[in-house]
Amino acid sequence: MAVTGVLRPGHVALRVLELEPAVKHYRDVLGLEEVTRDDKGRVFFKAWDEHDHHSVVLREADEAGMDYMGWKVDSPATLKKLAGDVEQSGLCTDLSWIPAGEHPATGERFRFTIPTGHVMELFAEKGIVGNNCGTDGENTNPNPWPDGMKGIAPSRFDHCLLYGDDLDGTVKLFTEVLGFGLAEQVMAGEDKSFMIGAFLSCSNKAHDVAFIRQPVKGKFHHASFELRSWEQVLRAGDILSRTKTSIDIGPTRHGITRGETIYFFDPSGNRNEVFSGGYIYYPDKPTITWWDVELGPAIFYHDRKLNEAFLSVFT
Amino acid sequence: MHFVVTIDNTGETFRCSDESNVLQGMEQLQRKGIPVGCRNGGCGVCKVQVTEGLYTKRKMSRGVISVDEEASGCVLACKIYPQSNLRVEVVGKMARAVLAQKSMSFDFGFATATVINQPDEEK
Repeated sequence: MAVTGVLRPGHVALRVLELEPAVKHYRDVLGLEEVTRDDKGRVFFKAWDEHDHHSVVLREADEAGMDYMGWKVDSPATLKKLAGDVEQSGLCTDLSWIPAGEHPATGERFRFTIPTGHVMELFAEKGIVGNNCGTDGENTNPNPWPDGMKGIAPSRFDHCLLYGDDLDGTVKLFTEVLGFGLAEQVMAGEDKSFMIGAFLSCSNKAHDVAFIRQPVKGKFHHASFELRSWEQVLRAGDILSRTKTSIDIGPTRHGITRGETIYFFDPSGNRNEVFSGGYIYYPDKPTITWWDVELGPAIFYHDRKLNEAFLSVFT
Repeated sequence: MHFVVTIDNTGETFRCSDESNVLQGMEQLQRKGIPVGCRNGGCGVCKVQVTEGLYTKRKMSRGVISVDEEASGCVLACKIYPQSNLRVEVVGKMARAVLAQKSMSFDFGFATATVINQPDEEK
């Protein structure tokens, strides 16, 4: 089955306490390209191998955390259909249309708040700026990677992990309305029937978004960016130490998704991840189940125990 | 210039430069006592009540420190710089873990975590 409907995470909009230190982090340490700034003071970035205009948006605010996450869908017709489906589901609140151009080079976006309190958007159109690899025009006779990369330089914005209370409602929305598959779940309780974690895929990736049940609304655990090898994750660790960036944990491996990872913080305390690996997900792949008693190795496969920060530190 | 920071909950003390934030000063000396989270003013894990002393501060997230809290000396250890000796009481959402760590009986099931994690700032 081809990837249709919701294609991928298209952008994440984060609030930062001070703009310029944040720009320095996302541009020079994480190594995203600054694409543009707008008259509201927002800064737009993309990772080197993303063709779309931007995937990370920063704005200065008094509170750290995530404003919203946007999903690219395959066509304007799908956007209209899914907007109708979300409305009909009755699962979401604060439904609205954001006009084209509110994000630079971006078509209209359908915005809604999901049961865990996070604001999500769907959009169909975003300008293509390319990955600067072509040698005879964009996408013609390309090199494998472009010149001039800075910092860790992940290839793309990959997924978010989010914390919220109504996990059941959010999982129902993503699986039954938006067409995601449940790649992995963490189950608690005596008969293992109470879901505390859900890892959801709209593509061939092990996850495009994940949620963990916590007694909060709309909280942000991390935004993750993709690297292509374990060695690049180790190199990321070197860069984070060289730049005295606050590291949370790693390099290590996740049991869930099998990804190799390092967690660190932007200058406002928003957690970032760079990771590599994982498996190929297909819609007919059986869901992987983890029991709560195995949550340690599920999250950090080598330490085999959860550190306090995993559940307590979020914005 | 260095000052002495005392953690009321445990009686621990450490020296901290006026150029380091209190959390950084603690971590540089491999000391524990104040829980360490993002280190950057966003998560609220290192929230302390300053009970004595002077400090300067940098911007901290309103999601974890209200205007009133900040005015009353309830601040993030990662965002305050000592200007005199300081006494602080750990009040962040992992405060319970400070005492648990001290007795070396720290147990971390998901259920416990959920309780520890009740965000007191979101009453």
